[in-house]
Amino acid sequence: MPFIPHTAEEVDAMLTTIGVASIEDLFDEIPDALRAGRLEKVPEGISEMEMLRIFSERASADALGPCFLGAGSYDHHIPAAVWDLTARGEFMTAYTPYQAEASQGTLQLIYEFQSMMAALTGMEVSNASVYDGASGLAEAILMAVRGNRKAKSRRVLVPETLHPLYREAAAAIVAAQDVVLETVPMGSNGLVDAASLPTSEAGLAALVVQQPNFFGRLEDVDGLTDWAHEQGALLIAVANPLTLALLKPPGEWGAAGADIACGDGQPFGIPMASGGPSFGYICTRDKLVRQLPGRIIGRTEDLNGKTGFALTLQAREQHIRRGKATSNICTNQGLLVTAGTIYMALEGPEGLARVAKASHRNTAALTDLLTELPGVDVHMEGAFFHERTLKLPVKASHAIEALLQKDILAGLDLGRFYPDMEDVILVCATEKRTETEMLAYRDALAAVLTEAAT
Amino acid sequence: MSEIPTELKYAASHEWARLEEDGTVTVGISDHAQQALGDVVYVEHPEVGQTVSAGAETGVVESVKAASDIYAPVSGTITEINEALEDAPETVNQDPYGDGWFFKIEPDDVAELGELLDAPAYGELCEAESH
Repeated sequence: MPFIPHTAEEVDAMLTTIGVASIEDLFDEIPDALRAGRLEKVPEGISEMEMLRIFSERASADALGPCFLGAGSYDHHIPAAVWDLTARGEFMTAYTPYQAEASQGTLQLIYEFQSMMAALTGMEVSNASVYDGASGLAEAILMAVRGNRKAKSRRVLVPETLHPLYREAAAAIVAAQDVVLETVPMGSNGLVDAASLPTSEAGLAALVVQQPNFFGRLEDVDGLTDWAHEQGALLIAVANPLTLALLKPPGEWGAAGADIACGDGQPFGIPMASGGPSFGYICTRDKLVRQLPGRIIGRTEDLNGKTGFALTLQAREQHIRRGKATSNICTNQGLLVTAGTIYMALEGPEGLARVAKASHRNTAALTDLLTELPGVDVHMEGAFFHERTLKLPVKASHAIEALLQKDILAGLDLGRFYPDMEDVILVCATEKRTETEMLAYRDALAAVLTEAAT
Repeated sequence: MSEIPTELKYAASHEWARLEEDGTVTVGISDHAQQALGDVVYVEHPEVGQTVSAGAETGVVESVKAASDIYAPVSGTITEINEALEDAPETVNQDPYGDGWFFKIEPDDVAELGELLDAPAYGELCEAESH
């Protein structure tokens, strides 16, 4: 099916029919002041050959040895079937086709995606996905502010244990709507302490809790959810969906469960690919479904009683509701969601749990190995999922740079985001990491530390 | 042709208003409006106790094809909302001037009702809109 259908001849024919000389003339009522003009920084088109050369060069800059870096994007195994199927012409189009008459396959796939996400998160409804986890969080915050009419507040608490880049992206998006994001300091154990959360006369629209949090630690999600609800606030859960194969789903947090769950689908069949692209998910309760932005696919019956799939709850999207729409985004990440759905279907609940357990075990094994080295200690003790903080006897940035020379991506320098953690590194070992790779990491780090000590 | 009861007052934004014996003003959307919207699937109400000024947004009515704002026809305080619409929004289509009412306002100034359209004037407006 051609999704970019207009040839020059067809365009000419249409212009002739309506009596306009050129496309430019068609738009002549748009004042000059509103026109972007030529986009100086957008380069001219290039040939496929040239493009492949440039991108191969860039991709090779990423082609490192074993990856122990997590912090939002994870090096999981992707079964070959995932992208073989995703790349089929029926799925791989220039635009996600939503037309019910022509796109039942795509619509059914998205419906299955929504069903799987709702089941994983323990929520009642999911949308067809959003751009990524961070923009998903921003949408969740805007949803909470709109949906929590009792609170009459635009204040949202955002703990320091939430991914710093998520905080930054959400702040950039919600600032335009006068939403106040208030950062909450964490305790020394790298966790949010419900007892120290600030209450305010200004009321509270929502509390955001990431589980596992940015440091891989497990928050007291039950206590935090109950605290938020006692304040009349909604609870927004940010969760790596892979972890939900083992951990309590947000829908069951506390007495009443989280109100919105969001996160990034990258662990499900999406390559790390220099940091993107990926897909985000948002799930929520029935009571908030009208605040849920973006596409939602519903299952229905046609006139002949046959099951079919169609877009539903579109009335609040921007093509109908203009400036009063729930979001300025009304599309989804069609292709990546296709990969994510095939990944979930291939793994099943058991497979996901196996990947999650193996990642946890490998991270435990890695940190056991690394803490054998003098001066290397677990920085935040306690329960973790597949990431851990390690305190080093040198600056984390130095160790990471030195290990990079040995083709090992050692982890994340936490000093980049937390000034008092310059000697703390965040490591992750997914199911893909082998014992040999972990031993190589330990030995390489030992050499770096020995050198630094002399 | 839609029904336009002569005893009601109308806003150009298609709400009707009826002064009750207890002094409150009941508000709903006109037969013309419910026909134009199609099957109503959801009504978002204001809150009881909320003060509104004439012309202010006080809710949303959502049909299968559109979501439209509801405006207060007079200034005052919301005293009651039609909670039955939560479970049965189709009542708006079935009985727009009766059980399909939206909310009641205790008006600040009953005279404001005089600024709304009467049935013939509203009928002309609907007529003009459908051409």
